[in-house]
Amino acid sequence: MTRPLPRAGKKPPQKYSIFSLARQAMQGHQGWQAAWRSPEPQPEYDVIIVGGGGHGLATAYYLAKETNVGRIAVLEKGWLAGGNTARNTTIIRSNYLCDESARLYGHAHDLWEGLSQDLNYNVMFSPRGVIMLSHNVHDQQVAARHYHALNLNGIDSTLLSAEEVKEKVPLINIHGRYPVLGGLYQARAGNARHDAVAWGYARAADQMGVDIIENCPVEDFVIENGVVKGVQTPKGVIRAGKVGVVAAGHSSVLAEMAGFRMPLESVPLQAFVSEPIKPCFDTVVMSNSVHIYMSQSDKGELVIGAGSDNYVSYTQRGSFDLFDHAVQPLLELYPFVARLRMLRQWAGIVDVTRDRSPIITKTPIENLFFNCGWGTGGFKATPGSGHVFAHSIAKGEMHDIAAPFGMDRFSTGALIDEAAAAAVMH
Amino acid sequence: MFIIDCPWCGTRDQSEFTTHGEAHITRPEDPETLDDAEWAQYVFYRNNVKGWYRERWVHSSGCGRWFNLLRNTASDAIAASYRPEDPLPPLPEDSY
Repeated sequence: MTRPLPRAGKKPPQKYSIFSLARQAMQGHQGWQAAWRSPEPQPEYDVIIVGGGGHGLATAYYLAKETNVGRIAVLEKGWLAGGNTARNTTIIRSNYLCDESARLYGHAHDLWEGLSQDLNYNVMFSPRGVIMLSHNVHDQQVAARHYHALNLNGIDSTLLSAEEVKEKVPLINIHGRYPVLGGLYQARAGNARHDAVAWGYARAADQMGVDIIENCPVEDFVIENGVVKGVQTPKGVIRAGKVGVVAAGHSSVLAEMAGFRMPLESVPLQAFVSEPIKPCFDTVVMSNSVHIYMSQSDKGELVIGAGSDNYVSYTQRGSFDLFDHAVQPLLELYPFVARLRMLRQWAGIVDVTRDRSPIITKTPIENLFFNCGWGTGGFKATPGSGHVFAHSIAKGEMHDIAAPFGMDRFSTGALIDEAAAAAVMH
Repeated sequence: MFIIDCPWCGTRDQSEFTTHGEAHITRPEDPETLDDAEWAQYVFYRNNVKGWYRERWVHSSGCGRWFNLLRNTASDAIAASYRPEDPLPPLPEDSY
């Protein structure tokens, strides 16, 4: 058990600043409030968000901040942000090919830039640039096509020569088995601290009255005459006017409870991390054709992303051959990594659509909304996803940016075939 | 990561195989009578079950032949491996 901390409600919520830090330092750091409450659920809410990861918490935050929907709760089956929010490789970029994706990820990117100030929580957004490598002529042609499409959509983008890549990443080997011929560079891109993103959204939402309820899995939906009326949980039935499901890999499981299917498959996506070393890698480098991407965390660990398995699994374990396939090119491109020990290897369960674009949608059940299908690249979209989903739920109509991402696109044929969705195996 | 029993070759490492998703999805017999939503169900929608799942595999780095697996997606446990013409093995009663 954690000891009870003094909390908002009696006192106004604390604002984090250099002054509050100095004041707490004088008091031996005994006066910090808990960042959010741990309330018991009320019997009824106006909106329930199912899933307390980054996207769900962001949705709750923007619902509370920018709409008038009333009482809001976030139900999380485990602990806050313990799923893919804790397992991703934290890369943020918006250099997507399709117009619809450019708007959605661009919207998210704009929100990232002011997020720490907005939340009064340092999410450590670090626009250190992202390079996507080209290893062959085809890669170079694809990069050039992306470069021109990105320019037309007003997204910053630069084509680098092999020498320019080497200049930015001195530790890379550009003449190995996977020769580097060039790269597509987005200077505004970078990464952020994933846990801080979730905690910042949770704290800010809590301060506006959102109830965040952990260890509260949804076991069934209460549906009356085709309209969702609430959810069944181990803490009893919680009634709701509207329900938004943001459950990533488990979206199909929740959809089945509501009586419909989703155009999704859930697969493990792997990553691993080295022991911490001194700063040596100050940008993010991705390689689409050999399925490897790497950055260095602020703690000094090299964070390395591998590919996704192609079989359905909810085990949060990846297969060894994929790990092997990631390590081979890793050592060719970055020979110095051979002398490092890897600390951890893990997998997250990502829900993948056929067109590699997310689903932000109404469902066959009235007042039940789904935000899923982010596949291998959801972290970068967290603020934008939450923002457009919040406005869609509040209005009952999909937000302008979210509208093309409805699940009806699989019937109409208006797919958003995002070849650039992520630099991993598809 | 798991070991797969190919019904033709015997036990091999999973890396020799490729999966092509959910099994026993029958092509519609009267395609001209289907509307767009029904086509979408056939082409894109999947059960994506957390639990026992029947799926199609091909021994791509081996005999190259197709077969079906009855595998638990929550644990990666495999209950049965069977040829396309074989009768469906029953779903195991335990959930693991």
